[in-house]
Amino acid sequence: MDQNLTLLLRNGWKQRIPGWRDLFAIVLVLTVILLLGGGARQMLMPFTVTHQPEISLSIAALPNYALRTVMRMLAAMVASLVFTFIYATLAAKSKRAEMVLIPLLDVLQSVPVLGYLSFTTVFFISLFPHNALGPELAAIFAIFTSQAWNMAFSFYESLRMVPADLDEASRSFRFSGWQRFWRLEVPFAMPGLIWNMMMSMSGGWFFVVASEAITVGALQISLPGIGSYVATAIAQRNLSAIVWAIIAMTITIVAYDQLLFRPLVAWAEKFRFEQTAAEVSSQSWLISSLRRAHFLYPVGRMISRTMQQIGRARMTWLAPIPGITFSPLASKIADRVWLMIVVMGLGFCLWTLGHFLNHEVSIIDVKIVMQAGLLTFLRVIVLIILASLIWVPIGVVVGLRPRWAQVVQPFAQFLAAFPANLMFPMAVFLIVRFNANPRIWLTPLMILGTQWYILFNVIAGVTAFPSDLLESARSFRIKGWRWWRDVMLPGILPYYVTGAITASGGAWNASIVSEVVSWGPTRLNGGGLGAYIATMTDAGNFPQIALGITFMSVCVIAMNRLLWRPLYAFAERRTRLD
Amino acid sequence: MEQTNNDAIVALQHIGKTFSKPEGGNLPVLADINITARSGEILGLLGRSGSGKSTILRIAAGLIQPSTGQVLYNGTELVGPAEGISVVFQTFALFPWLTVLENVEAGLDALGLPAEVTRQRALAAIDLIGLDGFESAYPRELSGGMRQRVGFARALVVQPTILLMDEPFSALDVLTSEILRSDLLDLWHDHQLPMKSILMVTHNIEEAVLMCDRILILASNPGRIAAEIQVPLPQPRNRLAADFHDIVDQVYSILTSRAIESIDAQHAVQASFSQLLPIASSIRICGLIETLGSTYFNAQAELAKLARPFVLGVDVLLPVAEALHQLEFAELKAGTIRLTAAGKIFAQAGIDERKQLFRKHLLQFIPLAAHIRHVLDERGEHQAPRLRFMSELEDHLNTADANRTLRIVTDWGRYAELFEYDAKTLKFSINAAT
Repeated sequence: MDQNLTLLLRNGWKQRIPGWRDLFAIVLVLTVILLLGGGARQMLMPFTVTHQPEISLSIAALPNYALRTVMRMLAAMVASLVFTFIYATLAAKSKRAEMVLIPLLDVLQSVPVLGYLSFTTVFFISLFPHNALGPELAAIFAIFTSQAWNMAFSFYESLRMVPADLDEASRSFRFSGWQRFWRLEVPFAMPGLIWNMMMSMSGGWFFVVASEAITVGALQISLPGIGSYVATAIAQRNLSAIVWAIIAMTITIVAYDQLLFRPLVAWAEKFRFEQTAAEVSSQSWLISSLRRAHFLYPVGRMISRTMQQIGRARMTWLAPIPGITFSPLASKIADRVWLMIVVMGLGFCLWTLGHFLNHEVSIIDVKIVMQAGLLTFLRVIVLIILASLIWVPIGVVVGLRPRWAQVVQPFAQFLAAFPANLMFPMAVFLIVRFNANPRIWLTPLMILGTQWYILFNVIAGVTAFPSDLLESARSFRIKGWRWWRDVMLPGILPYYVTGAITASGGAWNASIVSEVVSWGPTRLNGGGLGAYIATMTDAGNFPQIALGITFMSVCVIAMNRLLWRPLYAFAERRTRLD
Repeated sequence: MEQTNNDAIVALQHIGKTFSKPEGGNLPVLADINITARSGEILGLLGRSGSGKSTILRIAAGLIQPSTGQVLYNGTELVGPAEGISVVFQTFALFPWLTVLENVEAGLDALGLPAEVTRQRALAAIDLIGLDGFESAYPRELSGGMRQRVGFARALVVQPTILLMDEPFSALDVLTSEILRSDLLDLWHDHQLPMKSILMVTHNIEEAVLMCDRILILASNPGRIAAEIQVPLPQPRNRLAADFHDIVDQVYSILTSRAIESIDAQHAVQASFSQLLPIASSIRICGLIETLGSTYFNAQAELAKLARPFVLGVDVLLPVAEALHQLEFAELKAGTIRLTAAGKIFAQAGIDERKQLFRKHLLQFIPLAAHIRHVLDERGEHQAPRLRFMSELEDHLNTADANRTLRIVTDWGRYAELFEYDAKTLKFSINAAT
């Protein structure tokens, strides 16, 4: 876990000075969002999705729904993996591609997934009109966009950090590009990739639940799954159905973890790069029992032999692709041409943005969005501070007691994975019951699901805290506030910042489903940018949705650049000894 | 070796290498290197860090392209890693996710052989190198010595014509490296190894004299060949024999005279402060003076004798000796180091006296330290940014050397309490009290 954390910490947060490339990426992404908004409005009209199965609230239907939800998750994961391999490899091997792809990835990470669900739904429905494949693909795409970016980042970083000696050994043994990829690069990237897959998966549950039932203007979609089940339960004010859904989700997540990720992590152990034997190795009962099952031996051997053969095949016809060599002059010209294309693209994007702002939205829209954005910004800040005040001390107390940590850590990880939106109806029920002010009491929902990242990162930080430092602090009788200020807090700062980054990013995303919630016909609106986007989605006002997402992306990027990155760089500098 | 003939396996001809500096301009690391590895010999490249010895090895392996000159392998120009050239790495470079057997088989992947042939040849190499029984182990389960054996097996399995070794034993402890060396030599002299020639890089003088038929000594800045020594001793060689010692001493005196020459040359060219300082921390300097001052050495020692009991490579010992020479605490001459009068006083002094003496010598003999102090004295607020001195140094040195030199002078200045340095504000300063 610790080594995974360092892998995570390493990712993308170092020394990338924002520059014109980032500006280009921001402008590009925003333009695409706006264009999609415009395009979606034109596409929406003629389509209706018929043959939508009725969502049943009977418990007997739940296992099937859970299975459907899981299948969506799996499909998205496969898509994310394929994307990761291609995108990150391209970025790592080609300087020109890297120039555009990496800033782009950085910005894409900041775009709220749920915001553009309406566009993608409309788009995929237009691809497959009159059947359920469109919305299915839209849901899968939503999960994909919540997972793919950080996986690609992790893989890209690993590709660039392949140890020099292994790189030289592979070159000296004249591995082909294909052999190098499967025998060196993928194995080396594996632990970081799997850790990021787990992280992605945690977020994914949230989005799959949110993307199954969606209303865009007159278009109503509900895909069979736990998310739709809950949506129907909300519409019918059925509290017991919601409890059942929560139980089903819990079982699903635990099963997913035990049957897929524990084995994966245990298997990935062998790709750890550290040359020392691990003291506590990850274990999986599934892998152990499979290994013990003798009748599976021939099957296993066949699979592994096939995999080896694929990885070791030369595939030399692929060779010219990664290392296209130009003469220096041609390469220089190509650089110029490429730069010109990029600049022209930037110009086009700026023109489109200007056009959009002039014709599609009014200055009043912009003003409303900015006010709403400020409210949500304030909420995120307050929530992060509150969550830190609560979870940092608890995390430290737990982390210092290894036995507690062993119990609490997996529990916190489970809570982080659990889609908090399933819990929203409970909160809404209470707010309606006690007639509380929704502007205040809806706010905590934003961080309900992501606060756990702070807790488990802090616990991990404390667990990794050098015990000799703790002992020396104790022997010098450093206590009380001084102990927190001089010993513990600086030591766990990088871990805390990692957790807080995830929590704040998640909170922005969650605002879209948590600032407006309903319970049957009752609708609570807490105001804010998330509420704005959600309301506009219901009404099918695409330019306004695009404006909302754009502004939210800008807020997230600004927060990352101005707050989290400097804080992370500071924390990292302070805790390094060399 | 006995029947060395003149067949050139790999020949480096007029090799030069420059790396481009990030701030522009070129940094020469190698100049006019001519090396021929002949059939039947073990050729050693000996030098300290910065002499470019590993770069030479990588150029010979086809891993790095030279900036000028060419590499001939069996008479034809080498343009990249070629079949028949194998490399053994200092850090072993094993794939942690492959077992010993799979690691060895990986060496054959590029040949596209049938699976059975690959397996057979890998097992034969494992057998030859004494790894039987470890086939299914993962590298992390093995000790360092066993890991390097896998490195050897993987290099040998391709039946190379020449084996290139990059400090293959320097990451291992003394006992382990000894057994690996003698095993390799035994196989070599029993003609059990497939290759015709070995080229090895090392910074350990005894290792070079023990193993090589011919040693090329490299000088730094830029890396070039300073001398060539034949080692005519019969194998197996005896470390304690007088003629063995003679050769070791000879190497030491070549290395020290080279070092002193370059110090003097720097003084002559630029009597200013921008000279390269040897990488020797103040604590190592004190340690060496203390050791030399002990009754055992009695203020004077041959570097070869000094290195032995502490198992010091050229990389560590020479810079410290040079620092002593520059600070005039000792005098380096033909492989021997002798404390000066000041050095003898230093060895006997207490902490505060030592600091005072060090400070005096720093001001007197290290122009850069005197310069920094002078600038700080001149300024009203007694502060100066690091960047100022950095840019002054960069007029004459490359960035990495300038950085290193400034770091060393910071350490010396701090120890001598000549000035202070704040890493947060990146500023040098002096306390008003001092």
